[in-house]
Amino acid sequence: MAKITLDNLAHSYLKHPQSDDDWALKELNHDWVDGEAYALLGSSGCGKSTLLNIISGLLRPSRGRILFDGRDVTDAPTAERNIAQVFQFPVVYDTMSVGENLAFPLKNRGADPKYIAERVNAIAAMIGMEEQLKRKARGLTADAKQKISLGRGMVREDVNALLFDEPLTVIDPHMKWELRTQLKQLHHDFGHTMIYVTHDQTEALTFADKVVVMYDGRVVQIGTPQELFERPAHTFVGFFIGSPGMNLFDAQVSGTTATVQGVSVPLGDSYAPVAGQVQIGVRPEFVRLHAGGEGLPARITRVEDVGRHKIVRLDVGGTAANAILDEGTPVPAGADRVSFDADAINVYADDWRVAPQNLQGRAA
Amino acid sequence: MNKTVNQKAWFLVLPVLILVGFSAVIPLMTVVNYSVQDTFGNNVFFWAGLDWFRDMLESERMWNALGRQLVFSGIILAIEVPLGIFVALNMPKKGFWASFCLVLMSLPLLIPWNVVGTIWQIFGRVDIGLLGYVLAKLGVNYNYTQNVIDAWATVIVMDVWHWTSLVALLAYAGLQSIPDAYYQAAKIDQASRWKVFRFIELPKMAGVLMIAILLRFMDSFMIYTEPFVVTGGGPGNATTFLSIDLVKMALGQFDLGPAAAFSLMYFLVILLISWVFYTVMTNLDKRDGV
Amino acid sequence: MSDVTSAPGAASIPGDVSAAEPQARTRRRFRPNGSMIVMVLYLLFLMLPIYWLLNMSLKTNAEILSGFSLWPRNLTLANYEKILSDPSWYMGYVNSIIYVTMNTVLSIVVALPAAYAFSRYRFMGDKHLFFWLLTNRMAPPAVFALPFFQLYSSVGLFDTHIAVALAHTLFNVPLAVWILEGFMRGVPREIDETAYIDGYSFPKFFVKIFMPLIASGIGVAAFFCFMFSWVELLLSRTLTSVDAKPIAATMTRTVSASGLDWGVLAAAGVLTILPGALVIWFVRNYIAKGFALGRV
Repeated sequence: MAKITLDNLAHSYLKHPQSDDDWALKELNHDWVDGEAYALLGSSGCGKSTLLNIISGLLRPSRGRILFDGRDVTDAPTAERNIAQVFQFPVVYDTMSVGENLAFPLKNRGADPKYIAERVNAIAAMIGMEEQLKRKARGLTADAKQKISLGRGMVREDVNALLFDEPLTVIDPHMKWELRTQLKQLHHDFGHTMIYVTHDQTEALTFADKVVVMYDGRVVQIGTPQELFERPAHTFVGFFIGSPGMNLFDAQVSGTTATVQGVSVPLGDSYAPVAGQVQIGVRPEFVRLHAGGEGLPARITRVEDVGRHKIVRLDVGGTAANAILDEGTPVPAGADRVSFDADAINVYADDWRVAPQNLQGRAA
Repeated sequence: MNKTVNQKAWFLVLPVLILVGFSAVIPLMTVVNYSVQDTFGNNVFFWAGLDWFRDMLESERMWNALGRQLVFSGIILAIEVPLGIFVALNMPKKGFWASFCLVLMSLPLLIPWNVVGTIWQIFGRVDIGLLGYVLAKLGVNYNYTQNVIDAWATVIVMDVWHWTSLVALLAYAGLQSIPDAYYQAAKIDQASRWKVFRFIELPKMAGVLMIAILLRFMDSFMIYTEPFVVTGGGPGNATTFLSIDLVKMALGQFDLGPAAAFSLMYFLVILLISWVFYTVMTNLDKRDGV
Repeated sequence: MSDVTSAPGAASIPGDVSAAEPQARTRRRFRPNGSMIVMVLYLLFLMLPIYWLLNMSLKTNAEILSGFSLWPRNLTLANYEKILSDPSWYMGYVNSIIYVTMNTVLSIVVALPAAYAFSRYRFMGDKHLFFWLLTNRMAPPAVFALPFFQLYSSVGLFDTHIAVALAHTLFNVPLAVWILEGFMRGVPREIDETAYIDGYSFPKFFVKIFMPLIASGIGVAAFFCFMFSWVELLLSRTLTSVDAKPIAATMTRTVSASGLDWGVLAAAGVLTILPGALVIWFVRNYIAKGFALGRV
């Protein structure tokens, strides 16, 4: 187990990157704290797999260093880094039995046969394949194969880090939930540093202590699920996390007031004058609907009942927006205005969150 | 893929059926016809029953040819398959050099078979051939027209030269189909080079290697032109393989009856092998869920 | 853990990294490794006999027989001139190319619909039919040489290009069907169905939509038909005497008749390698998949 430090890391698949777009991974500094479970969240092509492969040593970064517990391993081969990695599509050794597959990483490191047998049995129990230990891996279903891959990743106890590259893509939903719970349990029991790449926010938010959100080759925010929800650092985070995502309105901000479509909206904090394209963001959970009174004029276009709550689709002066109402709460009759919880409003300039001047209110 | 039942598909197959029927069935009927008749010339034939088959089965000549054939096919398989795999493992994976190797390696496959024979006939000559000259200079008493061992060595090296690339290209195609993740997983599992070969590359190559082995087996079983040009089947009958013997019998001595019986048995042996081939192939396809 | 709780804003992430060159690893020194040595040795083994043939083709007979030399001392193109100016020689090439082309076109044209049927439909006897086709690929030409001779003589096709082209379909058609079927299986059925829904007739769909999709497969199949027809000698020699005699057979005759004219023989050999080399160059990117008969 180790702390993993990324020092000025950047990567491009091209030999001579010219523009910003040529970098699959833009410059990045970060410490992965020993024993934490991280989720690396982002849409496909945002650089999360690149980052993972750099950590595991399958890729060498174009720039910068990577350190394990302060030791520079940038040029160290994968084997020396002592990490485990599970890939998106199942990688099993077809001609071996399930048990031999699980034992493979231990055998290659010359572990004691008794210890190997013990570990294999423990892992088999965990992935629910005790019955099939003697069976050949060839011909198993994709999700059985992926369970073997997961098991092979977890069989070693002394790894520096466990890396998962969207490992549950091919697993059916029921099993997904169960395996995720087991991974979490494993993290709890052994305290491995885990990095879990996914594009599924539910998976990220339920698995990880810290979620790292990536967008277009950059890390846009690192934080707990709660922070990502309350204080998205980038409009992408606001949009990507939450269902539906954060509402954004073009605005002018001065002091504690924002002006949206000519209407004043009170803010929870005071802001210095901001330059660039200014927007305010508010999550649908904090949008209030009412008939008349204060607020922005709005028109309800549709109401979707998704079970736990209702999603109200709105047209606010030409901008599409959403509001969430509890299942029990009826849509107010004749609702034609929306207002927002002042404390839940974030201000963005050119997509990045602007910190308020008054820091006493709460830690940003 | 789920196929739909459609009897009209027969019409699509019809042209092939007519063409191959004309090229295969009619000549085969002729062979069967000859195999059960005897003649004293002048196109007068009479029924000979299964005599020719019995004669051929009792003929030492055929059994010797079959024996030589099996030894030859066995030796070239034992050399070409491992060597082909070894070459495939060492080929560049992509880029200009991969194309370069592919093109040069394919070259021997596209040389007319008698030219292959001619090349080696010249190459092995002590007076004007590079190989023969160098061997002679090294003090090796090498002469493929006189010495049985030398003749065999030449014919085998020639076949290795001619066909190893086929095995290598097939194995290479198999290797190319392995996703990168397998190699990455193996690195993470700290698998040795040998284990990567044994547990990743070999299983993934199994299908194409099966094609390679059986193609090589059958083509070597039918080999005619190359050894005929180099050694003419000699010295003595040392390199007279089945096809050479058959052509000698049919076109040289015009012993139509025995030659036809010989042909049919020869064909049956190959048919048996190709049936095994086909069964193995389709089972492989099924197992991989294609 | 304060380092992670603070969300990095725009300012803390440097946007412009493009100016910098990736460090290290850009310098690559030439260092031979094991694989390279293996490949160089193997290619050397393959090329040496061919080089020797080329070497001899550029020498005079006197030089060939008088002494041993690794390269021609008196470079001469006389051997090539002789071949290219003597109809009995160069017509051999023309004949070979005519029947090889006829065979390739014929094999592909009849194999295309059949391969489509095998790849898409199930019909009575399909498996047996496919197997029977394959057995013909396995048939030893030696078995068929004499019956072919009699068959084509009796229908008056002896010593014509079409006779050789037809005889070679015996092993080329099954092979073409097999390769094409492998490639066609890789094309999803949905494409066929969409085309029918869009109102294409079968022939129009096949030519306009399906054939472009398996163009590489057709290329590979044509390559193999070319290859096996080009290299075959036993049948083509048996079925011809003068008018359609292939170059390979011309060579065998000259060896015995003209008292071993080594230079000309070598030059003729070199010229038979050229068409193959040319064809390989065009299909080099599909060759590996092609040799696996579309099954990889």
